[in-house]
Amino acid sequence: MSGTVIEIIQAQPKTAEGEEAPPVVVARAVYEHPFIVRLCHWINSVALFVMVGSGLQIFRAFPSFGAKIPQKDLLHWPKAFAIGGWLGGALQWHLTFMWIYIATGLLYVCYQLFSGNYRQVLFTHRDIPGVWPMVKHYFFFGPKPPLREAYNPLQKQAYTTAIVLGVLSVLTGFAVWKPVQFSWLGWLMGGFHWARIWHFAVMWAILGFMLGHLVMVVLHGWNNFVSMLTGWKKDPEY
Amino acid sequence: MKNEGGKNNDRNRNDRQVDEKKFRQIGRRELLKLTPVLALGAFAIPKLQEGLLKKGLGFSDWASARMFRSGQLAPTFENADLAPLQKFPINGYDVDDPGVDLEHWTLTVSGAVQKPGEYKLAQVQSLPRYRQNTRHICVEGWDVIGRFGGARLSDFLNAIGADTSARYVTVNCADDYYESLDMATALHPQTLLCYEMYEQPLTREHGAPLRLQIPTKVGYKQAKYLTDLKVTNVLERVGYWEDQGYSWFYGL
Repeated sequence: MSGTVIEIIQAQPKTAEGEEAPPVVVARAVYEHPFIVRLCHWINSVALFVMVGSGLQIFRAFPSFGAKIPQKDLLHWPKAFAIGGWLGGALQWHLTFMWIYIATGLLYVCYQLFSGNYRQVLFTHRDIPGVWPMVKHYFFFGPKPPLREAYNPLQKQAYTTAIVLGVLSVLTGFAVWKPVQFSWLGWLMGGFHWARIWHFAVMWAILGFMLGHLVMVVLHGWNNFVSMLTGWKKDPEY
Repeated sequence: MKNEGGKNNDRNRNDRQVDEKKFRQIGRRELLKLTPVLALGAFAIPKLQEGLLKKGLGFSDWASARMFRSGQLAPTFENADLAPLQKFPINGYDVDDPGVDLEHWTLTVSGAVQKPGEYKLAQVQSLPRYRQNTRHICVEGWDVIGRFGGARLSDFLNAIGADTSARYVTVNCADDYYESLDMATALHPQTLLCYEMYEQPLTREHGAPLRLQIPTKVGYKQAKYLTDLKVTNVLERVGYWEDQGYSWFYGL
């Protein structure tokens, strides 16, 4: 159960009189990330890497959002930063890892909902007052607001957005992959062309999140990183 | 803030004390529980990679066939939405014009049918003609809205006395291209044996005299310059691009 606290203690040498001295608490640790969350996080990080890499290779086959005749290329993505080698290979990667991506996404969302653990990450109206102080701290050298739970309001906002982007990446993907069976999805997105544009845009939004996420991971250091591996965060700030 | 109070209560209740050694043990145990993630590393092993990706593609095809609904029609468009014929891309794997003798052309029908043999274009054209403005989508990502006309493949299958409980319809082409269709797609009302585009006879580079036009499938499934059609339960050959590694079902 996330939120569980452990006190890490150190046994003390016996006193001169030979009496047992009570152990001293040297640190606290909080169980922040339940197993399912960590499992989904790491599987999905691999899946996302493959989806982006193969997606860019697929994009290379027609790097445009307009007509085929005349074709106006939007950008020439270098092959070195793509997965699959050619269109067919990239599609194999994309159509294989999308199931892994969807499965971990579903497992994650279901787990969060049924365990109640979603409260840890879900950005709600209660977090709104805390956004501006956090922005001031991160970007304008403001004082650090006290942390009372695992995630600060900006983190919650970022993670909630990432989950929404994940859902959108799947929906826009299906609108592109199955424009007949899910024609209503394409219609919602403004047509087949727009679905392709949205799918591409969502990828960049996810990459933007990942960049910010990785920067914050580096800034927060080892202790914080380990918590996504073991679940336990030593010396939490709250 | 009610939540907060509850959390603190939980915290007090769950508080326990461990020494540092025990804490490290707990961490290691939790880390080991993540080892299933390493299974993804199998995709990085060259020997396993091809087989795994083939399985993944096969699963996608299986799921695609489940998602296919016979009653679900591809969107159709107004004439105003059509791309002009000269802006309809010409895509072939080999040559744009395989030099079909249009005068003496016949479609060779074989397999699980009551009336196998050579069929003339006029026989296909004697079936009810359907015209539809549909989106042609290429696996590469581009698409074009065109106007197609022809006979329903289902009507033709009916005319040749095909066993529609068979699994596949396969075709061979004048340019040595080959393709195969699942029967459900073959029987779909928008699946045409197409002999005209924009109400004109099919031009050579668009597959004269007869091609498949299937708005529920990606472009490479819609073979041009048909010469043979077979109804079968066994696939001798799957399809040209499928043999290069593309998906077989690729239903849209």
